[in-house]
Amino acid sequence: MLQIGELKEMAVQVRRDVVRMIHGAKSGHTGGSLGCADFMTVLYFNVLEHDSSKFTRDGKGQDVFFLSNGHIAPVLYSVLARTGYFPVEELGTLRRLGSRLQGHPSVSHHLPGIRMASGSLGQGMSNAIGMALAKKMDGDGHLVYTLHGDGELEEGQIWESAMFAGAKHVDNLISVVDHNGLQIDGATKDVMDLGDVHAKFAAFGWEVLSMNGNDVAEVEKQLRTAKERTGKGKPVMIVMETEMGHGVDFMKNLAKWHGTAPDDAQAEEALKQLPSTRYGDY
Amino acid sequence: MNRYSYTEKKDTRSGFGAGLMLAARELPQVVALAADLTGSVKMDAFAKAYPDRFFQVGIAEANMIGIAAGLAVAGKIPFTGTFAEFSTGRVYDQIRQSVAYSQANVKIYAPHAGLSVGEDGATHQALEDMGMMRMMPGMTVIHPCDYNQAVQATLAVARHDGPVYLRCGRPTVPNFTPADKVFEIGKGNLLQEGSDISIVAIGHLVWPALEAAAALQEKGIAAEVIDMATLKPLDTACLLASVKKTGCVLTCEEHQINGGLGDAVANFLVRNYPVPMEMLGVDDRFGQSGKPQELLDLYGLNTEGIVKKAEALLARKK
Repeated sequence: MLQIGELKEMAVQVRRDVVRMIHGAKSGHTGGSLGCADFMTVLYFNVLEHDSSKFTRDGKGQDVFFLSNGHIAPVLYSVLARTGYFPVEELGTLRRLGSRLQGHPSVSHHLPGIRMASGSLGQGMSNAIGMALAKKMDGDGHLVYTLHGDGELEEGQIWESAMFAGAKHVDNLISVVDHNGLQIDGATKDVMDLGDVHAKFAAFGWEVLSMNGNDVAEVEKQLRTAKERTGKGKPVMIVMETEMGHGVDFMKNLAKWHGTAPDDAQAEEALKQLPSTRYGDY
Repeated sequence: MNRYSYTEKKDTRSGFGAGLMLAARELPQVVALAADLTGSVKMDAFAKAYPDRFFQVGIAEANMIGIAAGLAVAGKIPFTGTFAEFSTGRVYDQIRQSVAYSQANVKIYAPHAGLSVGEDGATHQALEDMGMMRMMPGMTVIHPCDYNQAVQATLAVARHDGPVYLRCGRPTVPNFTPADKVFEIGKGNLLQEGSDISIVAIGHLVWPALEAAAALQEKGIAAEVIDMATLKPLDTACLLASVKKTGCVLTCEEHQINGGLGDAVANFLVRNYPVPMEMLGVDDRFGQSGKPQELLDLYGLNTEGIVKKAEALLARKK
C-alpha cells in the first residue's frame, strides 16, 4: 500500500517508464499508456488483492486483471515490474526480438502477470466473465477487473459481453472504460459517437460509476466504492475520464499520440516534465 | 462385400452428447456453453444434469468463445457448442487470440458441418471450417466418422490438454465402429488392408469409402481404407506406410478440397513421398438446399463418386 504522495510519485515513475520504453523501442502506444498511468498505479499498488510472488495463470485466490485494450501494454508492464512480477530492468526490452514484453500482451512468452493475450480489441470483457464465472463456481470471493478503451466500445463483442454480464448477474466483475474521447482517426464523437456511455451500460444492467482517472485520490476512492458495489447482483462499470498523454503537455489530448513513439528530443522534453522519482528508472 | 456392418444409424452430434456426459462424470472441471442451440447441438442432457456447469450465452458466439477462454484460464475444461460455421468463420479472430495464441484449453465442438446439414442451405453448411482450424497454430482437429467414435472422441478431447476443434454432423449415419474402442488423438484407423490404392477418408465419408472398397473388390481392386479421424496432427506414419504399399492415394471429405484432408495429405506427401493423388470433396463451391443424401449425391460425395475417382486415379498410376 502506498500513501497518496507515494502513489502520485509512483505514477510519475510509471510515466517515465512508459516514455523510456516506447522511445527505446521506437514504436508503441504512448498516449493511452500515459493517460491510464494513475489508474494502473492505484489498481496494482493499492486495490488489487494479488501477490506477485505467487502468480499462477489460473488466478485462484487472487484478484485478476485483464487488459482488454492491449495496445497500452507498456503501462501494464511498468506496474507489473514495479509490483514485483519481473525485474524492472526487463522493461528496456519492450518490443525487441526475443523479449517477453511483446508489442501486445502475450502468454506464449510466459511473462508473469499476463494471463491472456490481447490486442485485437473487444475480447477482454468476455475473458473476464469466464474467469468471474469460474471464481463463483469455485467459491473464490476474489474479483475480476478489466480495462477498455472508449474506442474499443465500437466493437460488437463488447455489447455481447455487457449484455451477458448484466443478464447473468456477474457481480464479481469491475470493468473500467478509459473515456479519453480519442481514437486513431480522431475524436470518438467524430469517428463513431459513443453517446451516453453511462446510460448504455446502465441499460444493460450494470451499476455505473464515474471518476477522474488522472486524480489518484479519486481513483482510489472510486475503486473502493466499486468494490463495495460488487456482490449485489450487478457487474460494476466505472467510466473513467482521462486525458490522453496526461503528464506531458505536448502530448495531451492529441489523437496523433495514440500510437506514436517520441523521438529523442520529444523523449528528453517529456522526461523533463516527468521529474525523476525516489523509485528510480530501470 | 463390405467387411463392416451396422445395426442402426445414429448421428455423431448425439455421440458427442453422450460423450460429454461421460466426460462430465469423470472430470468435474468440464463445463459447457451453448449459443441458443442447446437441443440441436445435443447439450440438453448435460444442461439438465449439470445446471451449475452449463452456460447459456444466447446468440453471441464471439462472447461464447471469449468466456470459454476465461473459464479455461481459470482451470475449467469448457466445451462450446454451436453449428460449425458459427464455431469457426464467425469467430476466427476470437479463436485465434483468446484460444489458440493464448493457449487456452477450450474445446470447440462444432456439429452441423458439411452439406449434410441439408435443407437449411449454404449459410449453414460449413465447408471451410476444418481448413480454417487446421491453419491455426496449436489447434488439434478431429472429425469422427460415426456415433460410437464421437462418444469416444469427446472423452479423449476432454482428457487432452490443449485447444481442440471437434467437428460433428447432423444426419444419422451407419454406426459401425466398436463402442468400446478408445479414441487415440493423432492416430489414423486402418479399417481395411489393400495393396492397390489408399483411400483416406474422414467423417461421414468413411462409411461410403468402405462401401466403395467393397465395390472395387468386385472389380479385382484391393483398396486400403484409412479413417483419418484426427486431421491435425495428421498420422503421417500411418499414411506413409499405406502409400508405400499402394503407390497412390485418394482423399475423401465433406469439405472444400482447399484446406481440408486432401490438402493436409498432399502437403505431407509432396514433400516426403510423392505419389499420384486424387481428392474427393467440394471444389470451390458453396452448398445449397436439399435433402442430405440428395446433396451428397449431387456433389459426388458418395460411394459411386469414390469408386469413380479411385478408377481414374488407378488409370493414372499405371
